[in-house]
Amino acid sequence: MPESVTAALVADDVTRRYGETTALDGVSLEVAPGECVALVGESGSGKTTLLRCFNRLVEPDSGRVLVDGRDTRAIDPIALRRNIGYVPQEGGLLPHWTVLRNAALVPWLLGRPDSTDRARAALDKVGLPASGFGQRRPRQLSGGQRQRVAIARALAAEPSIILLDEPFGALDAITRADLQESFLALRRNLGVTTLLVTHDLHEAFLLADRVAVLREGRIEQVAPPADLARHPASPYVAELLARARTPAA
Amino acid sequence: MRRIPRLAASHLVLAAGLALSAPVPAAQDIPPGRSIVVASKPFGESFLLAEMFAQLLEARGFAVDRRPGLGATEIAFQAVRAGSVDVYPEYTGTGLVAILGLEPDADARRVFDIVSTGFRDRWGARWLPPLGFENTYAIAVRRATADSLGLATLTDLAAAAPRLVAGLSPDFIGRDDGLPGLAAAYGLEFGQVRSLLQAVKYQALAERAVDVIDGYSTDGLIDRFDLVVLEDDRRFFPAYEAAPLVGRDLATNRPAAIAALAELGGRLDVERMRALNRRIEVDRVPVEQVAAHALADLGLLRDPGTTTGGRTTDETGLIEYLVARRATLAALTLEHLVLVGISLLFAILVAVPIGLALERTAAAESVIRAVGLLQVVPGIALLAFMIPLLGIGARPALVALFLYALYPIVRNTYSGVRNAGPEAVRASEAIGMTPGQTLRYVRLPLAAPVIMAGIRTAAVINVGTATLAAFIGAGGLGEPIVSGLALSDTRMILSGAIPAAILALIVDGGLGLLERAVSPRT
Repeated sequence: MPESVTAALVADDVTRRYGETTALDGVSLEVAPGECVALVGESGSGKTTLLRCFNRLVEPDSGRVLVDGRDTRAIDPIALRRNIGYVPQEGGLLPHWTVLRNAALVPWLLGRPDSTDRARAALDKVGLPASGFGQRRPRQLSGGQRQRVAIARALAAEPSIILLDEPFGALDAITRADLQESFLALRRNLGVTTLLVTHDLHEAFLLADRVAVLREGRIEQVAPPADLARHPASPYVAELLARARTPAA
Repeated sequence: MRRIPRLAASHLVLAAGLALSAPVPAAQDIPPGRSIVVASKPFGESFLLAEMFAQLLEARGFAVDRRPGLGATEIAFQAVRAGSVDVYPEYTGTGLVAILGLEPDADARRVFDIVSTGFRDRWGARWLPPLGFENTYAIAVRRATADSLGLATLTDLAAAAPRLVAGLSPDFIGRDDGLPGLAAAYGLEFGQVRSLLQAVKYQALAERAVDVIDGYSTDGLIDRFDLVVLEDDRRFFPAYEAAPLVGRDLATNRPAAIAALAELGGRLDVERMRALNRRIEVDRVPVEQVAAHALADLGLLRDPGTTTGGRTTDETGLIEYLVARRATLAALTLEHLVLVGISLLFAILVAVPIGLALERTAAAESVIRAVGLLQVVPGIALLAFMIPLLGIGARPALVALFLYALYPIVRNTYSGVRNAGPEAVRASEAIGMTPGQTLRYVRLPLAAPVIMAGIRTAAVINVGTATLAAFIGAGGLGEPIVSGLALSDTRMILSGAIPAAILALIVDGGLGLLERAVSPRT
């Protein structure tokens, strides 16, 4: 990766324990501006914990976390979160708010006077124009549409970084493929730095510039998808690849 | 009791007294000026005696504040102790056993001496001279049974008992001063003992379903069914002489009032009392009229005249009765609503913030359980605890209702806010809402239906519990219920219970609409 540019996201020897369990064990990772990195691994591998370090939902026990070159410990967590897009697995839309108000939430929290306009623009980008969907409630949407609104909410304030925590994990296969395509196009278009957690290697290969494989709190390998497929760095990565190739998986 | 008619009746009596008995005995100790608070316990005889006290005091020039139907011994006596009630009719045996906690005693003279000294020394309260009758347990049989078996005393009964069926109240069957003691004292063994409630006992005896019953010696029904009360020839039953029990303030500072009350001393024998109780419980003559006539018969009051003739209230149906009393019932309903509304409002103002604050503490469950314990305290007991602090009337009732309303609201606020939209809450925090914003924009709106459900529960419980407020003189729809229960007057009970039930439905329905209005559309 290019050393000359300041990395957008940096984890430097980050360790996080929960009681006896070590969720992250000296993890280091850099994400360049505009790059998309996918964190893959089994449940308990630490991928979600690592993601959540970047918006201070998780505080490391040791090591440093940098966002745009600044140590996150020096940034107010509320301000930090408002400036990073976030898409959780279940969308987490406010069920009692309209789609438009949900999409406008982050710009509104930032005190932007044009929050509704930004929400309209973001809804257009995810293919749910406010004219048709803006006044609906989340319950009146399909699961895929709800995730699109969640993505619109993450993009509405035009952050330079977004974090996605298994954003398409709860969707059926067809909807997921559809959304993955849309997201790929959108990300290329916007050039936003993306960190994506997924347990689906196919998804990682499709969406990410580089894939980081985590296992028991450590990074096994970080590489572009093609390199990873050709040169797995460990038997574990090779096995993961093999399992992903079998149709049953 | 019925407020408006009662006031009218007593004013009428007072007016008659002023007009007819030319030189009204002037009350020398008028200056203190305060109305004398006359209370009763919630049964017919107590209502009647209290009304006689009240009319007698009014005829002697005192202003009287009536608080009939106070909870029971504990509440009435606590009220006297606390100075909220000046006088009520009590029984010496009850004072001995229930208040002083001593062993029952059959010697009336000794019992009176013990309670007089005990109450004076401990609380400055004074027992005035007994009224002249005892209301103790009475074992009664049909006149035909008494005649054919030659029964006059309990000793006679013991000989015949194996051939007889007894219908006794569950209470009497279990108490040491009831059947077990009686059986031991007289060697009594019935052929069969059936447990019967007070309400059906006399009917069962009259219909020959049982041969012997326990009752109270002054029950009007003894008269009505022409029963024979067997003499307690071995003096087993404790002495329960009726007498005015007077609080410290009245006893110390109002000698003329004491003198007026003492005029009743020794004037009421058991036969007269039974007849008076019968007029109330069987003939359904209003208590005010029975009291006025009884005082006139004793020469203590001018004849109340024809305006308060013996017309019984049984002549009209329930609907007519409700219609005739609509103004009173409306006033009681309003009183009831005020009790419920004010207590509920304060409960909401306190319980919702507590529920929200608990949401972030580890001790939440313990605190909520502690609040829940309040719920377990029986209404009457909670009201009794309030009296030493707050006296009687609306204030202790409001505090008790407030305490009862806390739990459902705290519980639902806590659970509602805790469980509201967990995914939405997590996402809101992750995209940069402050805890305050999450509470205001996410948790509270999503919890609103659950919080409202708690408020509805509290409101409906309070409409029901507020009927108990009548036991501490706070009025409301419990008043006709308490009076009706005391006088075995079903219509009177229903005249309180029906509006209370309707009120509960309306309150629930109204709050249901409010719940819909505050629930977020999702």
